[in-house]
Amino acid sequence: MAGTLSIPERQIALLLSGLLALLGLVMAAAARHGVMVVHGAMALGLGVVLIFIVGGALYDPAPPTDRMRRYYDAPTRFGIVMTLVWALIGMSAGVWVAALLYWPEATPLWPATSFGRLRPVHTTGIIFGFGGNALIATSFHVLQRTARARLADSVSPWVVLLGYNLFCAWAVTGYLMGSTQSKEYAEAEWYADLWLVVIWVTYFILYLRTLARRAEPHIYVANWYYLAFILVVAMLHIVNNLALPVRLTTAESFPIWAGVQDAMVQWWYGHNAVAFFLTSGFLGMLYYFLPVRSGRPIWSYRLSILSFWGITFFYIWVGSHHLHYTALPYWAQTLGMTFSVMLLVPSWASAGNAIATLNGAWHKVRDDATLRFMFVAAVFYGLSTFEGSFLAIRPVNSLSHYTDWTVGHVHSGTLGWVAMIIFGALYTLVPQLSGRETMASPRAVEWHFWLAVAGTLVYVVSMWNAGITQGLMWRTYQESGALSYSFLESVRAMAPYYLLRTIGGALFLTGMVICVWNCRATMRVAPGAATDHPLVAQPAE
Amino acid sequence: MLRLHYNLEKLSMGLVGAIIVAASIGGLVEIAPLFTIDETVAVPDDLRPHTPLELAGREIYIREGCYACHSQMVRSLADEIDRYGPYSLAGESAYDHPMLWGSKRTGPDLARLGGKYSDLWHVEHLVDPRSVVPASIMPAYPWLARPLDTGLLHDKLATLARLGVPYDEAMIAAAKTDALAQSRPDSDGAEAVTVRYGGKVAVRAFDGDPETLTEMDAVVAYLQSLGTLTEAPYRVLAEDRP
Repeated sequence: MAGTLSIPERQIALLLSGLLALLGLVMAAAARHGVMVVHGAMALGLGVVLIFIVGGALYDPAPPTDRMRRYYDAPTRFGIVMTLVWALIGMSAGVWVAALLYWPEATPLWPATSFGRLRPVHTTGIIFGFGGNALIATSFHVLQRTARARLADSVSPWVVLLGYNLFCAWAVTGYLMGSTQSKEYAEAEWYADLWLVVIWVTYFILYLRTLARRAEPHIYVANWYYLAFILVVAMLHIVNNLALPVRLTTAESFPIWAGVQDAMVQWWYGHNAVAFFLTSGFLGMLYYFLPVRSGRPIWSYRLSILSFWGITFFYIWVGSHHLHYTALPYWAQTLGMTFSVMLLVPSWASAGNAIATLNGAWHKVRDDATLRFMFVAAVFYGLSTFEGSFLAIRPVNSLSHYTDWTVGHVHSGTLGWVAMIIFGALYTLVPQLSGRETMASPRAVEWHFWLAVAGTLVYVVSMWNAGITQGLMWRTYQESGALSYSFLESVRAMAPYYLLRTIGGALFLTGMVICVWNCRATMRVAPGAATDHPLVAQPAE
Repeated sequence: MLRLHYNLEKLSMGLVGAIIVAASIGGLVEIAPLFTIDETVAVPDDLRPHTPLELAGREIYIREGCYACHSQMVRSLADEIDRYGPYSLAGESAYDHPMLWGSKRTGPDLARLGGKYSDLWHVEHLVDPRSVVPASIMPAYPWLARPLDTGLLHDKLATLARLGVPYDEAMIAAAKTDALAQSRPDSDGAEAVTVRYGGKVAVRAFDGDPETLTEMDAVVAYLQSLGTLTEAPYRVLAEDRP
């Protein structure tokens, strides 16, 4: 890291590391006990480590003077490593909590390993750790290549990546210690949320400054999506997390929203975390890596425009479909349902555009597991957006809501679409950044592909069965007018599906372990660099 | 249109502005009216806020992630009303920061749980769920037997009062003693709890031991309060089904 910075940049980095350590020290000292002390200590620890890394290299020789004529890939490489680390953490936690639903006795009698505390470790580890790092890492790569310009500066990418991972680590360790806001996919407490705002603004400024240096008059589609991801996630994050801390020296806080307003804000956030984190950002990834890997231009430019604005405009309305038949006013539910159905148009336009792009490259899809990952991702994207629109229809939702069908739907999106497109991007990027033609083991990519597809299918199909069974058992009446099944009978009926789901998850995790091994081998064997160059060099300071 | 977009693509700030506009409209239309429409902001006359002990229990419920498997929102569907009780009203959770409506029922809905089981059942069920419900897949929470930390209760009530929950100054000042007194029916302060929070508040040694105030006391007090803070859902359902 420090080796790629110029001497003045190292001085700035050293100063920032010192400030981080100081912030951690102040947090820990002010809080005195509880979660905030641990989190302060983590910030302090990270600050001190960075001081040693940067300070130790302060007077090392300056990097080669031609570095400004190259892309800045070191942050991307670090982001990929963090993506892999979080994938292992998040997926292991997922498989473990899935197993706990089948073997509840296996729960150690230790608070930190209880299902309720580990579940957000899984969701945050996957969405923010695995997904977020992949998005940031690839966005730096895609932004530079499509703008044909080097990142606008060299320190802020590290601020973004390190700060973001500190947020993820704070969040996840907080849950283990029982610190949570309970807002789904936004469980981290107020100070972590504020920290993320600072990091996110830095990210946005870096993105815009780099775009401003572009050597292409047009901003490529992938960047529209990454921009929407950055902007709208900021908006959602701030509004949903508005809270009043009990004291400035404690982690506890209360959201300013209550009751039905809180429910609407939560699912406006919750569903658009799916939209702008797990869809927009990853469509950005798809729009760059799919054409690059297949060697075919995007099939239709007009369709890209239609789907981009359709997704950006329609998605924001649909959160209320999480609240059908609840105490949310009926008109708001109806709006959510209507827009959910309309959303199918831009969603399938994207999926169709991606698949049509592969026309003329189907032999590559057959032979190249990396491209096949992207193809499967596009197919699952189409399937799960169809399923999403379907589940949002009020009568269907009356059966599916609160059941494992929802869980199955989410995983067909996350395993089938998000993870698959990440794998496609990783297997394209990792060799390129190491100056190689292929991954260390192309056969391992093939194995990973089939394990991932098999795991996803086993998982999703078992959860469909589970959810529909639950939904039907809950609403079945006897002729006498009494309910046919007790709730407990529906729990008992889940056992085989919960076992199958654990097996599906374990298959997927096995593939991930292979992927991590393969990426590590590729990055270690050939510590080369990408060979492409920007059109415009960043002016040297 | 295509021409317009062709030009928009060359302006990064143009794209930024357009994205913000496109992504704001839906949220504004759906969220803003919820703060003004009567049916969503109407608070039942008899709705009381949680007592300090119940609030502490609620915080533990959140800490342990109970909301991940238990909803607190009975939908207006026949089978849910028959299984759980009257459907939930918006006003019921008017004082809930945050709401705990939930999104998944790995276990049953808890909106109408209060009074359904005895305190002893809850204690045994939380310590070892399979001792009372053999087929249960709920995790055990034996550590709830530890003493309850009431250090922040005063500040918590004060914070909620600032957010609009009707805790008056006497309630805030007595937060800690009320929490203790609610679990000690024979103590001096016990009556004051019912004076401040209403006669229907349960004042009992929830974990069976009035000597020490434990997290178990708080959780059971909270669980027994679910669905009992107002009679409104029962009144509304009776009007619906004469």
